Amino acid sequence: MSDTPSAARLQPGSAATALARVAVLPVDLALRLFDPPMRWLQRAIGVRRMAYVFLLPNFAFFGLFVFLPIGINIVFSVTGGAALFPSERPYVGSNQFAYLFDCGSFLDPASCREDHFWRGVANTAKFVVFQVTAMVLFSLITALVLNMKIRGRGFFRAVFFFPVLLSPVVVALIWKWILQRDGLLNAAITTLGGQKILFFVDPSWAMFWAVFVSVWAHMGFYTLILLAGLQAIPADLYEAAEMDATPRWRVLTRITLPLLWPNMIVVIVLALIKGAQTFDEVFVLTGGGPGTATLMVVQYIYETGFASQVQNFGLAAAASVVLGLVLFILTLLQFAAARRKEI
Amino acid sequence: MRAITPVIASLALSLLSASVLGGPAAAETTTLRMAWYSDGNEGEVMADLLKRFHEQNQDIDVVLDQVPYKAVNENLPVQLASGQGPDIARVVDMGGLSRFALDMRPFLKDPGYWEANFGPFLEWMRPAGDTQAIPGFMTQLTVTGPFVNKTLFEQAGVAMPGEKATWEDWAKAVKEVAGKVQAPFPLALDRSGHRFYALAVSQGTKVFAANGEPDVVDDGFKRAAQLVYDWHKSGVMSKELWGSVSGTAYRGANDEFKNAQVVMYLSGSWQIAQFAKTVDNAFDWVAVPNPCGPGGCSSMPGGGALMAFKSTQHPKEVARLMDYLASEPVLAEFCARSLFVPGHLGLAKKGLDYPTASPEAAAALKIFTASAAQVSPLAYRIQGYINSRIIFNAVISRLGQAVSGETSLEDAEKRITADVAQQIAERNKK
Repeated sequence: MSDTPSAARLQPGSAATALARVAVLPVDLALRLFDPPMRWLQRAIGVRRMAYVFLLPNFAFFGLFVFLPIGINIVFSVTGGAALFPSERPYVGSNQFAYLFDCGSFLDPASCREDHFWRGVANTAKFVVFQVTAMVLFSLITALVLNMKIRGRGFFRAVFFFPVLLSPVVVALIWKWILQRDGLLNAAITTLGGQKILFFVDPSWAMFWAVFVSVWAHMGFYTLILLAGLQAIPADLYEAAEMDATPRWRVLTRITLPLLWPNMIVVIVLALIKGAQTFDEVFVLTGGGPGTATLMVVQYIYETGFASQVQNFGLAAAASVVLGLVLFILTLLQFAAARRKEI
Repeated sequence: MRAITPVIASLALSLLSASVLGGPAAAETTTLRMAWYSDGNEGEVMADLLKRFHEQNQDIDVVLDQVPYKAVNENLPVQLASGQGPDIARVVDMGGLSRFALDMRPFLKDPGYWEANFGPFLEWMRPAGDTQAIPGFMTQLTVTGPFVNKTLFEQAGVAMPGEKATWEDWAKAVKEVAGKVQAPFPLALDRSGHRFYALAVSQGTKVFAANGEPDVVDDGFKRAAQLVYDWHKSGVMSKELWGSVSGTAYRGANDEFKNAQVVMYLSGSWQIAQFAKTVDNAFDWVAVPNPCGPGGCSSMPGGGALMAFKSTQHPKEVARLMDYLASEPVLAEFCARSLFVPGHLGLAKKGLDYPTASPEAAAALKIFTASAAQVSPLAYRIQGYINSRIIFNAVISRLGQAVSGETSLEDAEKRITADVAQQIAERNKK
């Protein structure tokens, strides 16, 4: 016991030493219990194959909580009815997909049989375009500013990162209180002599605030990635540019941005995936309204599968498969971008 | 290792002794789970009653899971379908959950008492085609109806419309009041299909075709939908309720009403206890009879039922608990303390005293009790229809789109018909 690293640093006989001994007891016990069978296993299968033994828990975890649900989801997407268990659900082949894709024109959701799905697709696409653009732009500007030698830099880094730590529901509720009829923003507007604005009744305002709140909440995370990229750029490049009296704009476009590009790719792809999956913040903030102006694909899936009286698991699962395929393509893009970065 | 041995030995000894001492007692106690949502104080009242039940029945322990209303509508059906639901739950979608209901007849002390006192409402909880089962009882009978901010009427100097006033009379009056006192919500109607049908039935909708199948968009429905649409256009209704969220989301105006921003709020009797508490003396409020239309003045009935589920492992204990809670004195106390209109024929006939009710609450209870007596048979039929929530959800989802300006009213009506047909077909797919 006394040869454990933590215990070795403590004074013998002190209360801390006693506590440390108690704390390592379970670990010590586990090691002693597992040691003989693991030694036996290593002798039996060889050292090389032991790697698979150690990977097995992760395989089991992913299999149970990722691959099995994906499989069940695919099974549900080819079944119909209202029963919960797949064995009780009639097989309907590709009917659910055919129903989803039954459209006069994919550019006009009103012409589609399942118009809510396509309204969700259109809104999600709009949301992703605006949100990713704003996210990358503001994260980049913030990272550039926070990378400069300014007073209180540590404090500002913490301030920009803080919203990332908040739950999406908390974020949405805070902004809902600010934006509602009698919220802080309308109080400020009326104090300045303006008229109250019903932000959640106007489709354009509702989408604007959905994007704004999402950028506010997640910008800190992407800023951190870009900040790490900025700090990895060799300082001697900037020193050389300074010696040549290179203008700041040129330094930015010829040194900073090209060397930051791999990190930018990661930020763009991650923001795209997260944007396409968006649900909780927008759902709490606008409820998908007004009308269906901020209804996202994931909210459509949730409402179809759970909020309707007939919980249409088949249609919801089919929509999930479509969304999953889109996300898979985006993930492949991320892999491709990451590989290019390595090259 | 020598130091560890006494620790492990003492731990093992403690566990062993706990299991030996606690074992038989734990085996004798049956634990039942009850899922419960509340509109007012009824959760506290039920907790009191369950405590008393446990004192008289030491072998049954009831865990009261107080959950949001949304969880009862959305999570409970999935729990029950997976066989992992509670033993008992307070529900509103009785028809939708009837396929999971437990027929308690073999376990009840006196099924005749249940038939005699809950008979008309048992139909709402029975699976299609079943005319005998007793799955539960109504914890309250509700009726829809308007609450009016009387103080705003007085401040505006506008006379309140009388007993048989039409929807149009009320709309005109509340618009005038709101204009004079700068209230942002002249008329608020819960964003709920059930509440919409209080208007639609009074406008003469028939809901069902001659063959018994739903025929939702008829002339009466169109009149009601047009009223809601026009009221949003003219400012009688604010888009903040029906137009600001999407899909099947429920939106009430409780907060707006208690903050004196609403002149007239169409909701229902379940709000009485809440308003008695939250409004208190801030202003005078009254409940008024349901406004009238070409189809009459009927409210929509409804309510919460305590239903037992067949997935329970303890049907006898469930029936014992239900016998206790449905007994006349216990149910009378529950309704009196919660300010509920009882869904028990015997109690309704005798009348119920509400000693804790404020004068406003007592007056409102009187109005709603009178409304309950005038509910039309069609309104009862709609409420008891197994696919009622399919219709209600389609109505709010599509009318919401029309109100927000996303679709025309005609398109919304076409979509309502299509949505109802598609969902009923999906439900019937075997």
